[in-house]
Amino acid sequence: MALSPELCKKMYTDMWRIRLFEEEANRQTSLGSVVGALHMYCGEEAVAVGVCSNLRDDDYVLGTHRSHGHCLAKGAESHRMMAELFGKATGTCGGKGGSMHIADFSLNMLGANGIVGAGIAPATGAALASKLRGTDQVSVCFFGDGAAARGTFHEGIGLGALWKLPVVYVCENNQYQQWVPRMNVAVLDSVADMAGSYAIPGVSVDGQNLVEVHEVAGEAVERARKGGGPTLIEARTYRFYGHSLGDEEQYRSSEEVDEMRTNHDPIQTFLSTMMEQGWLTEEEDTEIQNQVKDEIAEAVRFAEESPYPTPDNVTTDVLAPEQEVA
Amino acid sequence: MMRTLTFSEALREALHEEMERDETIFVIGEDVITHGGPYKVTDGIAERFPERIFETPIAEAGIMGVGVGAAMAGMNPVVEIMYMDFVTCAMDEVVNQAAKMRYMTGGQASVPMVIRLPCGVGRLLAAQHSQIMESWFMHVPGLQVVVPSTPGDAKGLLKSAIRSPDPVLFFEYKRIYTSTGEVPDGDHTIPIGQAKICREGEDATVVAIGPMVQKSLEAAVLLEDDGYDVEVVDARSLSPLDTETICESVSRTGHAVVCGEDSSFAGAASEIAAVIGENCFRDLKGPVVRVGSPHVPMPFSSELVKHVVPEVPDITEAVSRVMM
Repeated sequence: MALSPELCKKMYTDMWRIRLFEEEANRQTSLGSVVGALHMYCGEEAVAVGVCSNLRDDDYVLGTHRSHGHCLAKGAESHRMMAELFGKATGTCGGKGGSMHIADFSLNMLGANGIVGAGIAPATGAALASKLRGTDQVSVCFFGDGAAARGTFHEGIGLGALWKLPVVYVCENNQYQQWVPRMNVAVLDSVADMAGSYAIPGVSVDGQNLVEVHEVAGEAVERARKGGGPTLIEARTYRFYGHSLGDEEQYRSSEEVDEMRTNHDPIQTFLSTMMEQGWLTEEEDTEIQNQVKDEIAEAVRFAEESPYPTPDNVTTDVLAPEQEVA
Repeated sequence: MMRTLTFSEALREALHEEMERDETIFVIGEDVITHGGPYKVTDGIAERFPERIFETPIAEAGIMGVGVGAAMAGMNPVVEIMYMDFVTCAMDEVVNQAAKMRYMTGGQASVPMVIRLPCGVGRLLAAQHSQIMESWFMHVPGLQVVVPSTPGDAKGLLKSAIRSPDPVLFFEYKRIYTSTGEVPDGDHTIPIGQAKICREGEDATVVAIGPMVQKSLEAAVLLEDDGYDVEVVDARSLSPLDTETICESVSRTGHAVVCGEDSSFAGAASEIAAVIGENCFRDLKGPVVRVGSPHVPMPFSSELVKHVVPEVPDITEAVSRVMM
């Protein structure tokens, strides 16, 4: 999808939506309104936005435990996501999923996932469904660098490659698998190099650079849509926060984090690009940020005012309400 | 009209008929095309529905995960795991993915997937190719566990399983693939969650699972000589479990024996026995007894196997014991 000023503004806005949604969720956690694990995506916004900006509404996305960004980039509503984090009945999953399991099937966002690497084969399956139905929908699976060590990476990508399915595998290599620097436990530096095992294209891209991610993902989505099969993209990125809230981050220096926040913030990098190209004025920038701030404030208000699910919801949604048996 | 078919033929017929009826159904598994599956259940599907059968590399987690994703995206996969023992290689996909999706997404997701599991002792293949483990999956909310014992039920239950909007673990005991029985013509379906009284009796209820049903019917004939009129209930569906039919029968007869081929310890029979104990205590005239295999891995030697798999004498002995 060619870059236009309009698309760029939308992508820029989406990155701010992710950033401010999460920083607010973080704050709400410290206030005790949001409970459970919160895996912050901040710092990686260019990956979700750069990839999803190439997708149609009917394309499939499967995510990870760190998926607020994927959901928002696919178009999920921030107020229903915030309500989900609050455990409210109005949440995207009615308060049954929480941060690690947000899904919005109306957008074909088939779910974040609490198990590392567990989305890869299902994304392949969703792509198989598109092929069987004869549609040109594309599936995208996001996963972290830790997932590349799992058997599901090998099995899922292996099947996608075997059947040349319309799927794009996007590895968000944020350099750390939980509390361990990736290269302490990996042999290959680049996950993209693993694509050779499946005879599919493997591309490594600077995940802090929205324009580059958008272009690389655009080619991969186009190839998938036209029947050219899967692509493995490695977006080299960085999370500005720890693995989850409360992480003491003893495995990396504060200088390293500061350097990334200062010089490799995907939002600031893209802002500079837009300013250089004359695609955005300072006034528009302020307007966008204020608009997103309002959206997030409204999301919190909605979450706070929403009711909790009632006890009868404990036993619903285990199986379909009416079993079709004959 | 009835026809006599083998268990395998009945399953094959169900698959063919359902695939003809609904284009969203596809078959996926190891050796399902070239060999027609190890028990020939998928034979002929590749010729008739070449676009809807996928022969895979040996990758159970991948196969199961593809099934989950395709199901969430609106298809109806029928996954074949060559030997049920190998489902342990795909437990995340079954337990954390297929079973949880509807709940975690607040009812948005549906995973209409059938997982076919050839199980139990067949040819002597020892401990890694003979397991049953129905109770592992009974314990997981969001999964349905179905165990047909006759060709007629195999066809009717597989059709219902394929039409179910939720995942079904479909247990096929290898030893009864070649058994024969009557299968009704037409669109024969059997609702999941309904037990069947196979033989009526007044003195004791034998609740049986899978191949233990036929053995229980044989035991009931032998027990007539001892003056016992035994009722035999085929559980057919272990989750959901038809507690109503089971408890009604036991309350009427006052005696209960629960038979499964798997180890009784924390097995399917144990759950059924517990349900009977909770619901029928005041009607029971004796203890609820389980018949099953000892808590050991399946051995190889036939001389050892015959001391593991429960047979007719184990049932007659158990019934006699509870009647004392």
